[in-house]
Amino acid sequence: MSHGPATPERYGLLAEFESAQTLLDAAHEVRKAGYTKTDAFSPAPIHGLAEALGFEEHIIPKVVLTGGLMGLIGGYGLEYWTSVIAMPQNIGGRPYHAWVAFIPPAYETTILLAALSCFGSLIFLCGLPRPYHPVFNAPRFSMATSDRFFLLVKAKDPKFSLDGTKSFLSGLKAREVVSIDE
Amino acid sequence: MEKTSFPENDFRAPVPVVGAGQTNTSLTDKLTSIVFTKHTPLQWFAFMGVGFILVMVLLLALTNLLLKGIGIWGNNIPVGWAFDIINFVWWIGIGHAGTLISAILLLFRQDWRMSISRSAEAMTIFAVICAAMFPIFHTGRPWLAIYWLLPYPNTMALWPNFRSPLIWDVFAVSTYATVSIVFWFTGLIPDLATFRDRATAPWQKKIYGMLALGWRGSAKHWYRYENASLLLAGLSAPLVLSVHTVVSFDFAVAVLPGWHATIFPPYFVAGAVYAGFAMVLTLLIPLRKMYGLENIITMHHIENMAKVMLVTGMIVVYGYACEAFFGWYSGNTYERFMLINRTWSGPMAWSYWMLLLCNFIVPQLMWSKKFRRHLGVVFLVCMFVNVGMWLERFVIIVTSLHRDFIPSSWQMYYPTRWDFMTFFGTIGLFLTLMFLFVRVMPMIAIFEVKTLLPGANPKPTAPSEGGSH
Repeated sequence: MSHGPATPERYGLLAEFESAQTLLDAAHEVRKAGYTKTDAFSPAPIHGLAEALGFEEHIIPKVVLTGGLMGLIGGYGLEYWTSVIAMPQNIGGRPYHAWVAFIPPAYETTILLAALSCFGSLIFLCGLPRPYHPVFNAPRFSMATSDRFFLLVKAKDPKFSLDGTKSFLSGLKAREVVSIDE
Repeated sequence: MEKTSFPENDFRAPVPVVGAGQTNTSLTDKLTSIVFTKHTPLQWFAFMGVGFILVMVLLLALTNLLLKGIGIWGNNIPVGWAFDIINFVWWIGIGHAGTLISAILLLFRQDWRMSISRSAEAMTIFAVICAAMFPIFHTGRPWLAIYWLLPYPNTMALWPNFRSPLIWDVFAVSTYATVSIVFWFTGLIPDLATFRDRATAPWQKKIYGMLALGWRGSAKHWYRYENASLLLAGLSAPLVLSVHTVVSFDFAVAVLPGWHATIFPPYFVAGAVYAGFAMVLTLLIPLRKMYGLENIITMHHIENMAKVMLVTGMIVVYGYACEAFFGWYSGNTYERFMLINRTWSGPMAWSYWMLLLCNFIVPQLMWSKKFRRHLGVVFLVCMFVNVGMWLERFVIIVTSLHRDFIPSSWQMYYPTRWDFMTFFGTIGLFLTLMFLFVRVMPMIAIFEVKTLLPGANPKPTAPSEGGSH
């Protein structure tokens, strides 16, 4: 962690793979070798890839639950406050606090806030929007959204060494390993 | 997940969603070339032209409405609601197929949805936009409708009445529109990144780059993304069921014979899915031909959608049977009169029989596998269903209203040319939006289809490592 990178401007090494299988195998190997500051890139989601790199996170479901509960309380609260406190009106003899009639809007606000917090937390946790990222400097990286698979070992990884890591990645059936700058 | 023991042609067996021989490269090339082409198909201009002309008709109709008021429409007491609500319900119903395909079929792990989900979701959003035109302009003065519809602190200290189904409708439809757009955009992000990386012109790179938010396909992002997609699907599924339920409450909560029925919520939801699948097929059959997508939207898709249509159509017919049965079984004079007036003696009985022809008799063709796999027959049946579902709302709304409890208040209803212009205008708006979307956006979920390719789901070879899975 405290170990400084070999060259300050270097961001890391990016290895290119031709299939999802070779990328997943390489990810397992990289983790086994003890690298922790890693990432992988693929055109489509690959099950188990993030886990292979040692990544696990359970934040989004909690945010969504919180958002949903806020929507429920907020929606019902709005209905109660407007119909009972702010502007009580006798309409068709129905009670001011007509809780049955209050269910549909509260149901909708629950889903609304849950969905918005789902989207918001996804964008926030992924650090998007981020138009610039060092990996975009790799000349062939534009294929990561089409048909190529990439594995990144960051220079700030404590085990990182330019030559050692490069030869290690090349040994994992990588098509090519390039160094990318910050 | 991969290995299944279902017999050949079983509906649960994995469908070969993409034709043989496709790869990541060929899919990217094919699906980006639809947009990055110098040769837009001629038919595109034809559809777009028709859509554009009808949008002009819509603008004319709405301008006249704002100048003169809703008196230019044919609805008047006792038929206070007519084309405006018929078209609203028709469009909202059409939208439901998109959410059903992308959310409910995702939860049921129906992989075949992936080829059609994006265009169906787009259809949802455009259908909701068309639907929204009617209640908004039915207020006559839409700029005042804000405080009639939405709760916000205003200087008059007025609040909407939450005990009315109409305000439930506002909440349901606006939530539906918002969540549909969020879900759709979430799905678009990785494909917009593909477009960004495939675009050649700098301005294209910039626009798609901004829309893609800097997506780079990181494994950690995909992990969160899949998490979020599943949650959004889980949230959309109860939402889509609630929307048409709430729309049906607009009627079912009233005491009018013909509206006051407990069968309405499930029957409306089934009708919405029915109409929606018919519209998806109506759009996709020409689109797949126009863009040569037969390898991606295969006959399996067409057949599966035809089956969904058949099932939901039968549920709708069950709804008609229930309505008729309870009209008689209630023993209530007004209910029985409504039934006889609607089906036999009333001046609009023709619409009921047309409805049965369109929604009940013609779709029975879909029992035959040969017809389900015949594009012309499927398209024709879909056109009947599109018309039939419109007639269903006409029957429910107009024939129930025009003769209610007191014969002295009975009155005929005739739509005016402005009613028709507004209705056909929204069809033009729908076509225009849909074809613009197809022209500039990825109309097939590229990354999702890629997950169906052989080799896209590698097996972990180092199970000893890592404790998570």
